[in-house]
Amino acid sequence: MTDIKQTPQENEAIKPAPDSGKAVASEEAKPKKAPRSRLFRSERMTIVEPAPHAKGKNSVPRIMYTVILALLPAVVLSLFLFGTRAMVTIMVAVFAAMVAEYVCNRIMKSPVTIDDGSAILTGLLLALTLPPSFPVAGTALGAVVAIVFGKQVFGGLGANIFNPALIGRAFLQASFPVKITTWSMPAFAAKGVYFDMATKNAVDGISGATPLGLLKFEHIGTQLKPLLFGNIGGCIGETSAIALLIGGILLLILKYADWRIPLSYIGTVFVFSGALWLINPELYPNPLFMVLSGGLILGAFFMATDMVTSPVTPLGTWIYGVGMGVVLVVIRIWGGLPEGVMYSILFMNGLVPLLNRWTRPRYFGEIQEEKKK
Amino acid sequence: MKLSTFKKGLHPEDYKYFSRNQAIETLPPPDDVYLPLQQHIGAPCVPLVKKGDRVKTGQIIANSEAYVSAPVHATVTGIVKDIEKYYHPLGMRETMIHIQRDGEDEWDYLEKIRDWKWTPKEQLLKTIRDAGIVGLGGATFPTHVKLNPPDDKPIDSFILNGVECEPYLTADDRLMIEQADKILLGMAIMMHILDVQKGYIGIENNKPEAIARMQKRVVELGYPFKMVPLKVKYPQGAEKMLIYSVLKRKVPAGKLPLDVGVVVNNVATAFAVAEAVCEAKPLIRRVITVTGDGVTQPKNLMARLGTPFKELFNACGNVKDNVHRIFMGGPMMGMTQYHLESPVIKGSSGIVAVSGDLVEELLTFPCIHCGACVKACPMNLLPLRISKFGQRGMPEQLEEYGVTNCIECGSCAFACPANIPLVQWIKVGKLRLREHQAKLAKEKA
Repeated sequence: MTDIKQTPQENEAIKPAPDSGKAVASEEAKPKKAPRSRLFRSERMTIVEPAPHAKGKNSVPRIMYTVILALLPAVVLSLFLFGTRAMVTIMVAVFAAMVAEYVCNRIMKSPVTIDDGSAILTGLLLALTLPPSFPVAGTALGAVVAIVFGKQVFGGLGANIFNPALIGRAFLQASFPVKITTWSMPAFAAKGVYFDMATKNAVDGISGATPLGLLKFEHIGTQLKPLLFGNIGGCIGETSAIALLIGGILLLILKYADWRIPLSYIGTVFVFSGALWLINPELYPNPLFMVLSGGLILGAFFMATDMVTSPVTPLGTWIYGVGMGVVLVVIRIWGGLPEGVMYSILFMNGLVPLLNRWTRPRYFGEIQEEKKK
Repeated sequence: MKLSTFKKGLHPEDYKYFSRNQAIETLPPPDDVYLPLQQHIGAPCVPLVKKGDRVKTGQIIANSEAYVSAPVHATVTGIVKDIEKYYHPLGMRETMIHIQRDGEDEWDYLEKIRDWKWTPKEQLLKTIRDAGIVGLGGATFPTHVKLNPPDDKPIDSFILNGVECEPYLTADDRLMIEQADKILLGMAIMMHILDVQKGYIGIENNKPEAIARMQKRVVELGYPFKMVPLKVKYPQGAEKMLIYSVLKRKVPAGKLPLDVGVVVNNVATAFAVAEAVCEAKPLIRRVITVTGDGVTQPKNLMARLGTPFKELFNACGNVKDNVHRIFMGGPMMGMTQYHLESPVIKGSSGIVAVSGDLVEELLTFPCIHCGACVKACPMNLLPLRISKFGQRGMPEQLEEYGVTNCIECGSCAFACPANIPLVQWIKVGKLRLREHQAKLAKEKA
């Protein structure tokens, strides 16, 4: 009972099949598998391990790389929209995150965990939340902060309370408040021609505000169609709702993201801001605009659904999503900032341990027991 | 038609194709059998024979005075070689009676019962006890205890468990196809003992042949049993899950199926009951599936209890060279075997040898709180939390989160993308909680 060792132990030899005289030669040729089996097992021995002896196909790296894959439509579109600057930002962020992870692993003398994909994902998510004109050094700094203070100080993968990419982004927002709100318009948006490839070399110079910024500070609305296709000013990855939805829906289908989170988050934003809009359409924005603008889609599908920092109980997940929606609308409409996705997610991340605790599901047969009493 | 089932659970690949179409073969009695003194839940037996005695097939060689216990029978005719510690399939070494066959096969039958319908229940229960019948699905709880509920617990339904939700195993499947009559007879006898009218037969939908065969015989023989085809899902064969699937009744936490008026028995148990009551044969053999991609010729064997696993593999063309692990029972709850001298016991429903291709060795990652275990747990527990509490030894939290309700089905560990040995930590947690409760009781006293 107390023997919970995972490592297989050496065990008694199992008699080979009688006709296996020639098997000796083929054993030498057989490729050895995992290092574990090399250490503990010769070809004649079997593994002794606790049940189950069957395993589902999911693994942590598989989840991480699938999320990265799901982000690819948004990444590709951002390269198309913002050109080389987007590419540089993404590459720098990913690279800096991986280096930071490696250095932390070495300092803490823990196994190197770059290959599980979580550092790559953190760097990528951070890059997607930055404006394309953001300085390269700042991007690298943000990625390092994300990994070191967002994840490794808590003890590495799985132990962090807050989404690491958003910790990096929050750090940059506090450190470079001007740079991080200087937006570039996509090349063709500035020119007014959708497929003008000639201008993609000149993306650097054109700056413009985000739709939310325009609304908040200058009271200028933006039409919905550009919001869908990304033809607006904004962060690298958040401009096109459609590209993000393709990846997001992939995650929902594969069940790598809990469908309750995007539904409750976006649904709450829609309902809450819709109610306000119905009360006074002059003062408050259209709910559809609220949903499609800013980083809400990116945040709802890729950041709020981060497994490490979201609740595991169904009820907790609903509360988490609704809470984020409420916080977001409050920040956007009454707060001092034009955008609040980051803070809404970080705020609810902090409540996740409590939500998990308060919303423990009733186990099978528990209700009846209480009724009887 | 929508098939009934329970909530949550999962769908492991079933690999039943290896042995599904292999008719049950009777394995000739082996030269040596090793019979553990305890093959059931309850009080261990005391040997009634000594070294050098000659025993007949079916003779009681170990018994216990206790009520919750079941006797052990000699399964071959021969000489008791010795009573020593040998390798036990559930790990460690246990005291076993080693009998060497002397070539004959003389039977020592049970007391004959003329007509079970007119026999007092006490006598039927005694016969079932004398036959050494226990739950053959794997839990090995003595059947005569199960069939004799206390008077204040009225029983209204009987469920025959033909689910066999564990991957690889096909023993019950074949038994239902080939011995439907005896199984139904056994079920009728058990229902007669319990005096219940409503009988249900739960079979998962991946056994169409067994469902058709049983359905046909139920109609032809005029039994009032209801067939309940179930959606394929693990762990449907667990008692609590099956009761929910069939009757939509929830067994309260910490209670028994008796508390919701249900008795569940396995098809192999029903078969054994029919053989004991109508043919006076004690439980000395059972169907065991020898399968997996590490076996040359997978088969379903009717083997004498106490047969070493080695003999079973020999009858199936031996294990292949690339065999990677061997376990008794299904892959979800089975025990890995470290010695092929270990014998078949009453709870052995299968012995599976797999190569590395099917079961890979996997790296363990930290828990990323993905909730896969929560979505899989049929008991609606939070395996990730409980295993953590078990690891850290936090008895109060373990109790609050209902660790004792875990049925150790392995669904959480199957689903875990980080390959954390959740079930093992939960077992540790149960142990910690028991220790803590013992300590509290001591302090109070």
